[in-house]
Amino acid sequence: MTENIQLNSEGKLKHFLSIEGLNKTLLTEILDIAESFIGMNDQQIKKVPLLRGKTIVNLFFENSTRTRTTFELAAKRLSADVLSMSIATSSTSKGESLLDTIRNLEAMFVDMFVVRHAISGAAHFIAQHTAPHISVINAGDGQHAHPTQAMLDMFTIRQVKQDFSNLRVAIIGDILHSRVARSQIQALNILGAAEVRVIAPKTLLPSHVESLGVNVSHDLTSGLKDIDVIIMLRLQKERMTSALLPSESEYFKCFGLTEAKLKIAKPDAIVMHPGPINRGVEIDSKVADGPQSVILKQVSNGIAIRMAIMAMAMQKQGAAG
Amino acid sequence: MSQIHIKQGQIIDPANNINRIGDVYIADGKVVSVTHEPAGFKPTTVIDATNKIICPGFIDLSTRLREPGQSRKATFKSEAIAAASAGVTTMCLQPDTNPVIDTPAVAELIKELAEKAHYPQIYPIAALTRKLEGTELSSMLSLKQAGCIAVGNAQQSVKNLLILRRAMEYAASHDLLVMFRPNDYWLGNNGCAHEGAVATRYGLPSIPEEAETIALAQCLELVELTGCRMHFGQLSCKRSVIKIYQAKKYGLNVSADVAIHQLHLTENDMIPFDSSYHVLPPFRTEEDKQYLREGLASGTLNSICSDHQPHDIDAKLGAFPETEPGVSALETLLPLMLKLVEQGAISLQQGIAALSENPARVLHLNSGALTLGYAADVCVFDPELTWQVNAENWKSQGINTPFWGQEFKGRVTHTLQAGKIIYSLE
Repeated sequence: MTENIQLNSEGKLKHFLSIEGLNKTLLTEILDIAESFIGMNDQQIKKVPLLRGKTIVNLFFENSTRTRTTFELAAKRLSADVLSMSIATSSTSKGESLLDTIRNLEAMFVDMFVVRHAISGAAHFIAQHTAPHISVINAGDGQHAHPTQAMLDMFTIRQVKQDFSNLRVAIIGDILHSRVARSQIQALNILGAAEVRVIAPKTLLPSHVESLGVNVSHDLTSGLKDIDVIIMLRLQKERMTSALLPSESEYFKCFGLTEAKLKIAKPDAIVMHPGPINRGVEIDSKVADGPQSVILKQVSNGIAIRMAIMAMAMQKQGAAG
Repeated sequence: MSQIHIKQGQIIDPANNINRIGDVYIADGKVVSVTHEPAGFKPTTVIDATNKIICPGFIDLSTRLREPGQSRKATFKSEAIAAASAGVTTMCLQPDTNPVIDTPAVAELIKELAEKAHYPQIYPIAALTRKLEGTELSSMLSLKQAGCIAVGNAQQSVKNLLILRRAMEYAASHDLLVMFRPNDYWLGNNGCAHEGAVATRYGLPSIPEEAETIALAQCLELVELTGCRMHFGQLSCKRSVIKIYQAKKYGLNVSADVAIHQLHLTENDMIPFDSSYHVLPPFRTEEDKQYLREGLASGTLNSICSDHQPHDIDAKLGAFPETEPGVSALETLLPLMLKLVEQGAISLQQGIAALSENPARVLHLNSGALTLGYAADVCVFDPELTWQVNAENWKSQGINTPFWGQEFKGRVTHTLQAGKIIYSLE
């Protein structure tokens, strides 16, 4: 990366597009600020006036209920005016229309875009072409990055495990298509986790996956040994029709997390999942709802982490006038 | 009668094994003498080539000028000027125009457009199959008679090997050269970046090198089966170079080229999501680049092409996978070749041969050399003159180049096409 468009000249967050290129101090700052917002959840008035008068547009070119909702709630709790748009796109739609959409919204004096798009690099593209005062937050682009999800996962891990340096983390499932996994791997490595392990059949691993800074296993049983944090990934149905896997049942047999397999990991291991869960495909209900699961905690943490990131990106904006 | 005297330059004419300071004399559009002044020669124009290099005009095996069909991207007029300013005097045109070059009418239209652009030496490559769809043979003989210099597949894969076999057999029957870019459709999987660490990091749909090498291996088997004369274009990886080397050693009648940018850029040079680096085949690894360079030095790859693909701004404005592939490459062809020489990858003679003598041989053209009696296609360039790739200097309508803003050494000062000065640097 020749320059990091995510940071302004003072090294402060301007856009939040990917974990890559951010340092440990900044990631820790995000986690700390999110921590300060967490207490608000129990208060009667769940609002702070940090972004009063600011306009945030959620631009979702890809469907998502939960991510959009948490972004919306986060913006509202920061007292911003928020508008959510679901824009159906087909694969034939071209950059012009994407840019036109952005230009039109810019003309309505927007301060921040939260973007989800099915194509890798879409958030970068918007950040590069939008007016200089506008911040762009990546809410997931193609198979590239989902950095706010990764940060809320880091937040959840830190809540339970306090420190990253002794942690062995296993990410299990469809790494190939997962923007979440890419962002998690980068975040874990920057925060200094002892080991990041990916466990999947070869068909669901990208080539040169080791270059991301992970160890690779194709076997869940041996792969779970000594693991402190288990992150399960969602398996999309399309993977069967595109000949990446024979069947859901065979996948569950090999890579589904059951109570028996969970016992192989460390006794205090936690189980995570970015959702939505396919029960009986990648994870057994007993595990998903069991005592080691922190899946719902992840969801509630999603609001605080997104508040932190939005507030930080806007702070630079306030300073710049 | 126009007579041109090019004075006192370093003449490099690999086909005639000439590398010395001297003069070139042109009369009636033809080279009439190299070094000795012919009796009674009265030049109407004198070009001073002191401290410059005089070489055959460049022959580009793969270009797209976007007409017919996409004049918003470029026109014959705009690209003829770009080509002339780059020392390119002959261009082969890929068949993926709109409509596709699969009928004599389209081939004739191209000839007409070339004449109108005052750049007659544009040779259409006809589509190997109708509409490039890979299902029916094109009317190759009629297309040849209409002026097509070869048949090819452009960027399209021929999925059905039986069709490919028949197309090659039919081409061989009419002694037509097949210019082929090997790419297995299924393995290519609609990717946009090299299957490697960079694509993995950025989550880009990727193309393994096997998409090229497997298609190439299949084609080589079919060359043996059909006896077809085949030229492989825009090879991108190490194992393709090895396969061509082995095939030649084995005695197959094949040749191959590489696009100039593949000799300079790798996946690691790509600025994340910068669509000017979106090319097909994709930029691969440092090792692949080194093999391509060695392949060129050893003659396994005998030609360099520009693979010129000018685009309008909108075509490159979008998230990387959604943008159109290709580089506007004519004008950086010479300086990038000279950079290879400067970096010690090839000699200047080899570089010039790869742009003139060798492609002429591939095409069976009496060209690419300063041979007496040949049409005077000549390029005069100053190897030391530096210039910047910027709006002021750039001629092509497409500004889609990863080299935008960069400073280069080596600039064309004069270009002659069939004895006519089609470019001189002001």
